[in-house]
Amino acid sequence: MENQSVSLHDGECNVDLLQGGSGDPLLFLHGSGGVRRGPYLDLLAQKFTVYAPSHPGFGKSDGLEKVDDIIDLALFYHDLMDELGLASAHVLGHSLGGMLAAELAALCEHRVRRLVLTNPVGLWRDDEPVADFFSMTPNEYINHMLHDPDAPGMKELFATPGNPDEVMEQMYERLQAFSAAGKFLWPIPDKGLRRRIHRIKAPTLLIWGQSDRLVPPSYAEDFRSRIADSRVVIMAESAHVPMLEKPEEFVSLVTDFLNE
Amino acid sequence: MKLHFFHLMPYRFLPDDFTEKHRSVWVDVDSNLFDPAKGHQIYNENLDELELASELGFDGICVNEHHQNAYGLMPSPNLMAASLARRTRDSALVVLGNSLALYNPPTRVAEEFAMLDCLSGGRLVAGFPVGTSMDTNFCYGQTPATLREKYQEAHDLVMQAWTRPEVFAFNGKYTQLRYVNIWPRPVQKPHPPVWIPGGGSIETWQWVAERDYMYSYLSYFGHQRGLNVMKGYWDEVERQGKEKNPYRAGFLQFIAVSESEAQAEKDYAEHAEYFYNRCLRVYPGFADAPGYRTMATVRAGLKAQFERQTQQAAAGALTWKNFVDQGYILAGSPESVAQQLEEAARALHVGHMMVLLQFGSMPPDLVRKNTELFAKEVMPRVRPVFDEYEDRWWIKPLPSEQRMRPQGSLEPAGTPAGGGP
Repeated sequence: MENQSVSLHDGECNVDLLQGGSGDPLLFLHGSGGVRRGPYLDLLAQKFTVYAPSHPGFGKSDGLEKVDDIIDLALFYHDLMDELGLASAHVLGHSLGGMLAAELAALCEHRVRRLVLTNPVGLWRDDEPVADFFSMTPNEYINHMLHDPDAPGMKELFATPGNPDEVMEQMYERLQAFSAAGKFLWPIPDKGLRRRIHRIKAPTLLIWGQSDRLVPPSYAEDFRSRIADSRVVIMAESAHVPMLEKPEEFVSLVTDFLNE
Repeated sequence: MKLHFFHLMPYRFLPDDFTEKHRSVWVDVDSNLFDPAKGHQIYNENLDELELASELGFDGICVNEHHQNAYGLMPSPNLMAASLARRTRDSALVVLGNSLALYNPPTRVAEEFAMLDCLSGGRLVAGFPVGTSMDTNFCYGQTPATLREKYQEAHDLVMQAWTRPEVFAFNGKYTQLRYVNIWPRPVQKPHPPVWIPGGGSIETWQWVAERDYMYSYLSYFGHQRGLNVMKGYWDEVERQGKEKNPYRAGFLQFIAVSESEAQAEKDYAEHAEYFYNRCLRVYPGFADAPGYRTMATVRAGLKAQFERQTQQAAAGALTWKNFVDQGYILAGSPESVAQQLEEAARALHVGHMMVLLQFGSMPPDLVRKNTELFAKEVMPRVRPVFDEYEDRWWIKPLPSEQRMRPQGSLEPAGTPAGGGP
């Protein structure tokens, strides 16, 4: 996977894009924490040409002030796909990126070939509210996000660096990412997807970690019942980030579905 | 310098086990702890205290805005100011203030402040805080990343509503109004003095200095810790080539006056501990929503400072000795407090000193003692400080003889119009 910068809107927005692999194009839309590096990206790149951009305001991407809401952001991705020469692509969205992928597919049916939503936000039920991760301390957040924070590999991915400067950098990055995510999700991640979700025509796979305490797995049925051609897979021993917690299983589910 | 009596209106009946049993005094504070009968008592006691301060000659009496907060029972400071307008005569009514982004449309603030200015005969000081993250983001649902932009737009609207004589249209990103034309209009022209309470954001210093407003640092942690923030502000004032006039700055300071230092500890220690240990118990997740501070401010290292303060306060281990040694509270005999206060004012270069003489669980008799000692024995000693400067950030009331006083009811009581029941 290689980093590149893609310029949009006469240079007003610069998108930091991770790209690699070969095969059908697959657009990966990240969640509120930004593009999380892990083996899943390389595994996906063995089967697809993976595009993993950072949303405006995340990582090294700028232009957040040009994008006011989730619809603006979905249209921004139409522009990015134009710039990348992608008339259509498979789209895989996680959490905030899942909500975004659903909006993208609802706005224009021709752009999205097959859609995978993993632990998406975007709907709301009073009887089981999405957790307020914005107000969580870093430890609470990790405990809500992971099935087992002590599982092999998790400590390395979410470790606090030893060097104080790196700790500060990690804190700044998280703040920057959550600040940008707040623009689309604050104070409740329900921004009208319910009114538009029926427009999704793409065959859709919903993947949910069974132990997700941020966005409870019961939301899978809320999504499934509103998307015509959709099905649900609940992954055991995973929580909010199944692509990090069980990368092989996750990628195999995604690959099988996209190649159907 | 000018001396103002500031009231937070804390709920003073939080239980002894509050810090063990509850995670936060703010945002999700347990509603079962609030007794409305005690609420009745507190509002009336606190208004008495503010009215007393006015009678004793404080330049201003200050109220502020907090939401879902057990140490600040004023979701609407304007209601308190309205009551005080009728019961006080000369003091400025310092409303610090209305968090502009929380009012929809923000012309509501222009209207209510104009009402207060008319009601009081031009005694209003208009405070426009951004508001804390707890108040704005968590209690009032404002998006952190756009809060400041919304605030600034609301400010522009309010100032235009006060100063433009014609009916105009306002096409903002957050507020669109086809006809802006508020009635009433403020007594003070072109508008009441604008004071901006801030918490140390770099952008706020710049914004305040550019507009020639007054900057108030409302810290609970005293003059020693306030030095850094005030230095940042004064550096910005100098950078912009403006006069370093102390009246363009205000500061909040806890004060405990008694017969002696030892007596001050006896009188006030438990109430200070109540404030710092119980009232400042804020769940860390609510302290600073991501995006509430700009990355520039965060990078400037101020966040760490705020977190230290919050953590230290939340640790629950603070005692009277900490408060006094670190300058959170200026305590002692009137002579000693006067000397400490003058030193603090000169070090901070602050002409508007807002003093908190009621804090934590302090009951009315003790508030009266603290207030009277301060007004009679401290105030005269420190007032001449900064006399050489002109205060351009002060109220311009109607002449005293033109200002109306409440007249008693003209009708005999007990004869309701249209016949009784």
